[in-house]
Amino acid sequence: MATAAHAETKWWGGGRSPFNVEYGKLMMWYFLMSDTFTFGAFLISYGTIRFSQNFWPDPNHVFNSLPFLGHANLPLAFVSLMTFILIISSVTMVLAVHAGHHMDKKGVIKWMAWTIVGGFAFLGCQAWEWTHLITGEHAAIVDGQVKLIGTTLSQNPWGPIVPGVLHDGMQVGKTGPVAFGGYFFGITGFHGFHVFSGVVINIIMLIMAMNNKFEERGHYNMIEKAGLYWHFVDLVWVFVFLCFYLI
Amino acid sequence: MFESNTHSPEVTFHHAPTDNDTQIKKIVKTTIILSVITLIELGLGLLMYFMHQSGEPNPFLVLFIKGVIVILSLAKAFFIVGVFMHLGDEVKNLTMTIIVPLMLFIWFIAAFLIDGNSWLNYRNTRGGSIKYIEKSAEHIEAKKPGIE
Repeated sequence: MATAAHAETKWWGGGRSPFNVEYGKLMMWYFLMSDTFTFGAFLISYGTIRFSQNFWPDPNHVFNSLPFLGHANLPLAFVSLMTFILIISSVTMVLAVHAGHHMDKKGVIKWMAWTIVGGFAFLGCQAWEWTHLITGEHAAIVDGQVKLIGTTLSQNPWGPIVPGVLHDGMQVGKTGPVAFGGYFFGITGFHGFHVFSGVVINIIMLIMAMNNKFEERGHYNMIEKAGLYWHFVDLVWVFVFLCFYLI
Repeated sequence: MFESNTHSPEVTFHHAPTDNDTQIKKIVKTTIILSVITLIELGLGLLMYFMHQSGEPNPFLVLFIKGVIVILSLAKAFFIVGVFMHLGDEVKNLTMTIIVPLMLFIWFIAAFLIDGNSWLNYRNTRGGSIKYIEKSAEHIEAKKPGIE
């Protein structure tokens, strides 16, 4: 049905939007496209530095902990949890948009609330991971001596292993490239900032929905625009997850 | 024309099918696809971890697995943008104004990764003044602090 109308309509004949969307939604798309380049530039810069180094820390060694499980070696476990939280919150967002198409106020409120819960869960996970990385001390050789240091913007204990040096029965390495911490905190921080602003936007949408703002307007287009932003946050995470944890 | 359900003068027709069940089915299906792809990615990530645990793996095999993971991530991006963000349902002109500029990434990624690689080469040859030394643990030891 839609395709038939699509073919017959003279889109460029004037009197209608050739893109068949409202202004706000179109601009949201263009904003997201420009934001794609911002994130893309960050990730490509990270890739350039990583390619220029003889050694880069193995993410499976850096990110192998879960809350409350101490020193258990569980590579990829925590970040998988974060990834699934974000995928599920993206699904609840689609369901909210879908409910909006059907003017189902209750459905919109229910699914928006779940999306906000997912957003907070993700932010909580990220806060734990940052704390763990900054304060969790790891042995490394600094100025010829074994020292316990955390991963920050100015130091990185995850360097190449020096054969023969042991600390508490574990092999110890030199300090790694400082850029590792800078890129990790910079890019996940910028993504986390997007998640945070997405949660704020979603809360505003929830309050507007509860106050019948969209019922009065006769449409739930705002939920759709907020949804685009929220899916974009999920989309960026796919690539952050890829670049920092998987490869 | 489908003016009956138009709430904005800019929108000529609405693409969202009104059939509730079809939409929900599509969302559920996409969720399953995304979850399965993520699980495969995690499996490949763990496979690489265990390969590194049991000795030095073949670098080309590792590169191949990483390539597969990149392609799987692009597939995830395709489903998120196409289904969740409904870009696939928009008018083709709109879709193209979003997709075509992204082609710039082909140059962007290639140019900068090649640049990083050239940088590595200069690092290991002291700015091209000595012969290239293979990337190895011994080499890291031999490197002078001045070119770090």
